[in-house]
Amino acid sequence: MNGETMNNETFDEASRPRPLLELRDLAISFKTGNGEVEAVRQANLTILPGETVAIVGESGSGKSTTALAAIGLLPANGRIAGGTLLFDGEDITNASEKRRVELRGSSIGMVPQDPMSNLNPVWQIGFQVKETLAANGLPHQKKDVAKVLSEAGLPRAEERANQYPHEFSGGMRQRALIAIGLSCRPRLLIADEPTSALDVTVQRQILDHLDTMTDDLGTAVLLITHDLGLAAERAHKVVVMYKGQVVEAGPAVELMTNPRHPYTQRLVASAPSLASRRIESAKERGKESAEELTADRPVATDNVIEVRDLVKNYKIRGGVGKATEFRAVDEVSLSIKRGTTTAVVGESGSGKSTVARLVLGLEDASEGSILFDGVDITTLSRKEMFKFRRRVQPIFQDPFGSLDPMYNIFRTIEEPLRVHKIGDGKVREQKVRALLEQVALPASMMQRFPNELSGGQRQRVAIARALALDPEVVICDEAVSALDVLVQAQVLNLLADLQSELGLSYLFITHDLAVVRQIADHVCVMEKGKLVETGSTDEVFENPQTQYTRSLLDAIPGAGLMLPPEVA
Amino acid sequence: MGRFLLRRLLQLIPVFLGATLLIYFLVFSLPGDATAAICGEKGCTPAVEASLREQYNLDQPFWIQYLLYLKGIFTFDLGTNFAGQPITDILARVFPTTARLALMALAFEAVFGIAIGLFAGLKKGKFFDSTVLVFSLLVIAVPIFVLGFLMQFVVGVKLEWANPTVSGDASFTELILPALVLGLVSFAYVLRLTRTAVIENASADYVRTATAKGLSRRRVVTVHVLRNSMIPVVTFLGADLGALMGGAIVTEGIFNVNGVGNTLYRAVLNGEAPVVVSIVTVLIVVFVLANLLVDLLYAWLDPRIRYA
Amino acid sequence: MPENTQNRPTVRGAKISKYPIEHFVADPDETPLQATDSSVSDAAPVSLWLEAWRNLRTQPLFIISAILIVSVVFVALFPGLFTNEQPNANCQLANSDGGAVPGHPLGFTQQGCDILARVMYGTQSSLTIGLFATIAIVIFGGTIGAISGFFGGWVDAVLARLGDIFFALPLILGAIVVVQIPFFQENRNVWTIVLILSAFGWPQIARITRAAVIEVRDADFVIAARSLGVSRAGALIRHVIPNSLAPVIVIATITLGIFIVAESTLSYLGIGLPPDVMSWGNDIFSAKSSLRSNPMALFWPALALSLTVLSFIMLGDALQDALDPKARKR
Repeated sequence: MNGETMNNETFDEASRPRPLLELRDLAISFKTGNGEVEAVRQANLTILPGETVAIVGESGSGKSTTALAAIGLLPANGRIAGGTLLFDGEDITNASEKRRVELRGSSIGMVPQDPMSNLNPVWQIGFQVKETLAANGLPHQKKDVAKVLSEAGLPRAEERANQYPHEFSGGMRQRALIAIGLSCRPRLLIADEPTSALDVTVQRQILDHLDTMTDDLGTAVLLITHDLGLAAERAHKVVVMYKGQVVEAGPAVELMTNPRHPYTQRLVASAPSLASRRIESAKERGKESAEELTADRPVATDNVIEVRDLVKNYKIRGGVGKATEFRAVDEVSLSIKRGTTTAVVGESGSGKSTVARLVLGLEDASEGSILFDGVDITTLSRKEMFKFRRRVQPIFQDPFGSLDPMYNIFRTIEEPLRVHKIGDGKVREQKVRALLEQVALPASMMQRFPNELSGGQRQRVAIARALALDPEVVICDEAVSALDVLVQAQVLNLLADLQSELGLSYLFITHDLAVVRQIADHVCVMEKGKLVETGSTDEVFENPQTQYTRSLLDAIPGAGLMLPPEVA
Repeated sequence: MGRFLLRRLLQLIPVFLGATLLIYFLVFSLPGDATAAICGEKGCTPAVEASLREQYNLDQPFWIQYLLYLKGIFTFDLGTNFAGQPITDILARVFPTTARLALMALAFEAVFGIAIGLFAGLKKGKFFDSTVLVFSLLVIAVPIFVLGFLMQFVVGVKLEWANPTVSGDASFTELILPALVLGLVSFAYVLRLTRTAVIENASADYVRTATAKGLSRRRVVTVHVLRNSMIPVVTFLGADLGALMGGAIVTEGIFNVNGVGNTLYRAVLNGEAPVVVSIVTVLIVVFVLANLLVDLLYAWLDPRIRYA
Repeated sequence: MPENTQNRPTVRGAKISKYPIEHFVADPDETPLQATDSSVSDAAPVSLWLEAWRNLRTQPLFIISAILIVSVVFVALFPGLFTNEQPNANCQLANSDGGAVPGHPLGFTQQGCDILARVMYGTQSSLTIGLFATIAIVIFGGTIGAISGFFGGWVDAVLARLGDIFFALPLILGAIVVVQIPFFQENRNVWTIVLILSAFGWPQIARITRAAVIEVRDADFVIAARSLGVSRAGALIRHVIPNSLAPVIVIATITLGIFIVAESTLSYLGIGLPPDVMSWGNDIFSAKSSLRSNPMALFWPALALSLTVLSFIMLGDALQDALDPKARKR
C-alpha cells in the first residue's frame, strides 16, 4: 500500500516519529514453586505510531507474556524483573495502578484471544461496551454503544446490544471484543491471537476488518500470533520469539524471504502453506526426485472404505414434548483407496467430525452404508463390531485429552492388546517396545505418565496406541491441529513414514487446508453437513470448482505471500 | 425463562410427592401395628387408638391413606395432637417465630459470609485469608450445641449483652443471638463457597479483559467478580433456608425459643408421631418453595439458563 | 486492497513501512536451538497420585491433620492404653461433678465417672459411625452418581429426582422421622445410626460423583478406549471412575467429620445412641443438665469431638488443594 514511499536512500532520520511503545531489554519472571523462573529476557521491541508489529512464536515462547506486560496485566505471580517499558516516551515500567487504569482502554486497548471466555456471560453485550465508554469518560448513550458495535461489523447493532454473549456466534463475539478494544480510540491495540479460535473464513473477514479500522483510525497494533504466514501478511514488522528471547526481528517480507536465525529458518521451512507439497515418506525422499511427486506412488485401486449416502440426524429438544431433527451429515459419499490419504475438510459445524465418529462405529448412522472391504459395518452384530474395531483406529486432536492421565505409557499402549487378548505379558511388552520405536520414542518412556510428556510426545503415544492392533485404516481427527508448527511438521512426517512402511490408509479430518496439502491424496470439502467438492488434492487446490472451496483456499493466512518470488 | 421455570416446577412436584410419601410410608406403613407405632412406647388408651384409626384412615388401603393425608396438607387440615389441639393452630402460633429466626440467620450468613468470603478470596494466601479459613474450619468442626452454649454463656451470662433465653413474644433483638448461633455453620460454608468462587472468577479471562478496558479495580471486583460469584452462593442459600428451619430444633432448645423446632422436639419426646410427620411435611413444603425461589434468582443471575 | 488488477496472483497484505526497519538477528550461539519437543528429564516417573503425595507432605495442614487422625484412630483401637480407669465400672456418686484429682486429671461426670476414661473409650463409637457411614455413602452414592452421570438421559433424570427427595429432608429431620419407626426405637445402636446417617447423606456424594463423571465421560481417552473395543461399562470402570475419584475423596473425608458431628447432635437430642453406649455425643447429652455446675464434663468430650472433626475436614481441605485437577493440569 505504501510501497512507493519506501525509499531508503533519501530517508531523513530526523523525521522518524517518537516510538509509541518501546521495550528495552525487558525481562519478566514468574514466581513458581521452584523459585523465580525467567519467562522473557532481553526483549527489545519498537512500535511506531500507526504501525503494525507482530510477535511470532510457539507456545511458551513468551510472546503473550510480553504483550500483557505492556498493558500491565501480568498474572499475580509475574513481575517485570528488568529493563524499561516506554509508552509514548513515558516510562511505565513501574507505573502506579492509577496511571495504568488511565492508560488502559483510552491509550492502550486489547483484543484477547478466546472469544468464548473473554466476555462476561452474565452481562449483555451492550452493557459491556457501555461500561468501557463510561470508564474512559466517553459518551455512553444507547446510540454510542450501537455505533461502536456497528463499526466493528456487527449487523443490527442496536438490537444485538441487548443480547447476551451466549446468543452470539464465535465470530460475533470476537467482533464485539474488537469493538470494545477500539471503542475508546486507543493509540495502541494489543491483539493477542485475536482469531486463532475461529474458522479460517471468519478469521479472514475479521482480520480484514481490523486492518481497515486500525488504518482509518491510525492505531498502532501489536499482534501476537503463532502463525508466521498471518504475521507476514498483516504486519509491517515481525518479531520472532523463541524460549523467552527475541531471536530475529525485521520487515515482514524480508524475514520470510531471507530468514537468518536458525530458528526462523526452520519456522519458515516448516510452515504449512499452499506452496508446500505432499510429504513423502523417508524411503521415497531417498529416491531420485526427478520423477514426479505423486506419479510413482503405488496406484491402489481397491477402496478400503466406501461411504455411501451417509446421513446422521440428531434430535434436538424443542418445546415441551417436541423434538426437531438436525441433519449433521447429509448424504455424504466418499471412498478411501487402500494405502492413501483422504482428507475431509470443513469449518466448525460442517459435520466432518461426525463422519469420523460414524466410520469409527462410535455412533449409528441414520441412513446410508459404510462399506469396509465390501462389508457394511452399519449392520454388524456386537461381536463382529468388536472384531472390526481392530481394523480402524482413531487419533484425536487434543494431546492433553487423548491419553488417560492415570495410565502410564506402557499400560496405555498395551490396553488394546489386552482388550483383544493378544499374546501373553511378555509378547505384549515386546510389542509395546516395537511400537515405541516405530513412533521414535525411547523405550524408557514406558513407565512415564502423560502429564510428564510434551504435546508432540503425547501425540506419538496416541499414534502408537492406534497402531497396536495393526489396523488398516487410521482416522486422524484434527490430529495435528493443537501442535506447534515445528512439532506439527515432525508428526506429519511420522504419519507419512508409517503410511509407506505399513501401507496404512488415512482418513484425515481437519479444518486446515495447508496441512491437507502436505498429507492428503484426495480431498473432500464439507459445508453444513453436505459434501460440496471432492477430487485429488492437486485438482482441488489448483482448480477449485466451488465458490466455497475457493473462499477456504483464499482465507489461508499468507496464501499469497508464500508463492515463489517470480509471481510476487 | 418461562420454560425453565416450568421445567423446574415440574421437577419439584415429584420431589415433594416422593419426600412426603417416603415419610408417610416410613412412619405409618412399615410392618407392625400402625397405632402402636403412632402411640410409641407409652401406648394409647383404646379410645385414643380408635380416634387415631379414624383420624388417619388406618382402616383404608395405604394409597387412600396417603392421598387423604395429602388432601389434608393442601386444605390445611393436619389433624390434632394428643391434647386435641389442631396442629394447624399450633403451627400458626409458632411458625412466624421460627421463620423470623431463620430469615435473620439467613441474612446474617449471607451478608457476612459473602463479604468476608469476597475479601478473603481477593487476598488469597495472605494472612487474613488463612485466618478466616482456619476460623471457618473451627466453626464447622465444633457442634452447634457447643457453640450455642458457649455463646449463651459468654454473651448472655457473662457479658450480659443479651438475654440468655428468649421470651414468649420473641422480639427482633431477643432473636439476634439465637440467629447468630443458628446461622454460624452455614456462615462458614457461605464464606468458603464465596471465597472459592471469587478466586476462580478473579482469574477468569473476562475479568482480565474488563481490567484491560480501563475499568477501576473496584468496578471490576463488584460488577464482574462478585456478580458472577453469586451464582453458586445463591443456590446454597436457598437450599439452606429449609435446612435452617429444620436445624432450629437445637438452637431453639438452647435459647428456649417457642418455635417450630421446640414444638417438634416436644412431639418427639412425647412420641407424637402424627405431629412429627405434619411438622416435617410443612418443612418440606418450605424447602420446596425455597428451591423454587432459588430457581427464580438463579435465572435472574445467570442469563445462560433462562433460555436453556 | 483494491490495487490488484489483472489475473496476477496477489501478495495480500504485506504492509511496508514508511520508515526503514532494521533486520535484527540474535546471536545464534546465545539463543541455541533446542531439540524440538523434548520434555522428559531423567527423574523417576511421577504418577498423578505420587505428585499429589509429594505436594501433600509439604503442607502443614496435612501434617497436622494426619498426626491428629492417626492418634485418634490409635486411641479408638486401644483406649485402655491411655487411661487406667474404667469408664463405667468405678463410677461413684460421691465423686459426682468432682474436679481434677490425682489419677483423674479431668475430673468426674455427674454420675461420678472418670471423664478421661469416658472420653478415651467414647472415641470408638464416634469414629466407627463416621467411618462406616462414609464408606456406605461412597459405595451407594458413588455408584448412583456414576451411573447417573455416565449414562445420562432418563436414568439420570430418575436418579436425580430420587436424590432430591432425600435431599429435601435435612439430616436431623430425616433422623427424627426415622426414629419414630418402631424398628429403630427398639434397635438403637451404632449400626442403625450408620444406616440413618447414610440414608440421608448419600445424595451429596452422588451429586459430586455425577458431576465428576460427566466431566470425563466424553474425554478423548474414553472415546479412544471405546474404539479399541472396550465396552461402555468397561470404559466406565477402567477410565472414567479412576479419573473422577479426586473430588469424591475430598468430599468423603470432610463428610466423615460432618457425620461425627451429626451423630453427636442426634445423641444430644436424645435420639442417637442409647444411653448405655459410650460416646462423646451421649456424654455431652448427659453433661447438659449439669452445665452450670460442671461445665468441664461437657467441655472435654466436646473438645475431643471437635478436634477429631477438625482433623478430618482439615485433611479434606489439604486433599482438595493437592488433588485439584486445575492445579495439576498445566
